[in-house]
Amino acid sequence: MTRDPTSGICILARVEIATFFVLLATPFALWSRPELITLATNILILSMLAISFDLCWGYSGVMSFGQALFFGAAGYLVAIVGRDLGFSSIWVSLPLAILAGLCLSFLLAAVLLLDRIRPSSIFVALGTLTGSYAAERLVSGWQYVGAGNGLSSIKLLQIGPIEMVEGISFYCLALIVFSVCYFGCRVLVHSQFGLVLAAIRQNEDKLPFMGYRVQIYKTATFLLAGAIAAVAGMLFAYHQGFVGPGNMGPGLSTVAALYCLLGGPGTLIGPVLGTAAVEVAGYFLADIATIRQVWPVILGLMLLIVVVVRPNGLLGFVVSDRERIGSYGRGGGKQVRTTT
Amino acid sequence: MNGATILEVHGVSKTFGALKALTGVDLVIQGTGLHGLIGPNGSGKSTLLKVIAGAHAVDSGRIEFTGRDITKATPYARACAGIALKFQTPQVLPLLPVYDNILLAYQARESPWALMRSITRHTMHQDIMAALERFCLAGRADDLAGELSHGEQQWLEIATALASKPRLLLLDEPTGGMSPAERRLTGRLLKAIKAECALLVVEHDLDFIREICDRLTVLNEGHVLGTGPVAEIQHLPKLKEVYTARV
Repeated sequence: MTRDPTSGICILARVEIATFFVLLATPFALWSRPELITLATNILILSMLAISFDLCWGYSGVMSFGQALFFGAAGYLVAIVGRDLGFSSIWVSLPLAILAGLCLSFLLAAVLLLDRIRPSSIFVALGTLTGSYAAERLVSGWQYVGAGNGLSSIKLLQIGPIEMVEGISFYCLALIVFSVCYFGCRVLVHSQFGLVLAAIRQNEDKLPFMGYRVQIYKTATFLLAGAIAAVAGMLFAYHQGFVGPGNMGPGLSTVAALYCLLGGPGTLIGPVLGTAAVEVAGYFLADIATIRQVWPVILGLMLLIVVVVRPNGLLGFVVSDRERIGSYGRGGGKQVRTTT
Repeated sequence: MNGATILEVHGVSKTFGALKALTGVDLVIQGTGLHGLIGPNGSGKSTLLKVIAGAHAVDSGRIEFTGRDITKATPYARACAGIALKFQTPQVLPLLPVYDNILLAYQARESPWALMRSITRHTMHQDIMAALERFCLAGRADDLAGELSHGEQQWLEIATALASKPRLLLLDEPTGGMSPAERRLTGRLLKAIKAECALLVVEHDLDFIREICDRLTVLNEGHVLGTGPVAEIQHLPKLKEVYTARV
């Protein structure tokens, strides 16, 4: 590991700047390709789901295979509120989604995380997976929420008098919401709270002897992650005009984990790059019939290879551990300027 | 050593499977000062420290800290009450800078909400730098803790344990793996620290422990062989017996 004397900006920050430049340029570059704008919007929304998994696993060591539970629940909630009460304003939907995410994640955390004895990773993983699976089975057999067919023809999301239709306008909305979530998380993980999370990742057993209630920090992060997943689920439901049981099952939860592990857990930009890589590859390879059929197998193999060969994901090739973890004191929460 | 009773251990026993690590151990620590805990390998010294800090639950017996029964308290509760532990093997956070290891210790009493807003980071700077100076680590503040030598990691551990301003500091082999020069410096540091809080120190080096301790407790096979002033205990016939037999 050597310090990079050529620039005051660390590699991770450069990757973040480049990514946001691409995200800002996307509407202009893809103006005439609405299908690609739709793909880009999906990437932004699913990136938020991947970031929510990353906050759990990459930052606080909570192996959550239930992030889709919050994602799908918020989608169902805004779809039902729109259908039965006629509300589809973002000023109603957004707080509702956040509330749903916070409540559900608190319920799960109360069972899985807030025990006096430290729960094992396997217990938490199986608990969240079970929650996600149970919710999927529940909505699959519940006629009020469309059972296996889900809820379609969801009302358009409204911001004042403007109806957000699929395309550039929805992309811009998704980009704004994504950016707020991203930079909010960035402030958090580089704060003194983030230092505690970094310590949890390195030596969780030591912290209680220093006077830290580790489960409180894990739960707070889990709640935030639940709220972010729910906001993503709300946007996804409005964008697709549909929400179904698959939106809250273990399948989507696992895909979110794949996005994060592929891009680079423990960094916020890693899950975004992982999501983009999988979704873009899936979009273009889906036209090839033979590959389309084996695409889930390819995804599974990718995950296996990344986890075995490069646990730090694709970003691990260019970003050192020290830069990924950063410093919190004299650096004021900045990432350290290093190269691998 | 004088003052009010800080710690009282009454008849504490601890077993690991068939191994009796501690059997009916009694120990009293009063006021400030340095209390040494010696004994041959496997005598239960580290287990006793971990039992006091809450790392191990006792099978029987009672532990009181400043008059409160903490026998069933969690390590978190004991840390908040004023007990700090330095483990035998340094438990520094290797991928964080030395400065951040100390910051983590200083900010432990802050609420999660305050930590989210990072409002105390700058106000703690002076204290952190003073602690680094005291333990000869100021020049290595920006280095990763994992890059420190073993002796420096021991100092960093003591500095982080001391950051919480404990009333009782438990040190498990603070000079383990140190050079003679580092050992002398550590002795001086501990002599200065004993004015601030009570210390219970596990050590193998009898010369070191004789030099810095006020009182000694000798453990052998989980039993207390004797407790008292150093001058008295070092001439205990049983002490020579167990060390001749086991060391």
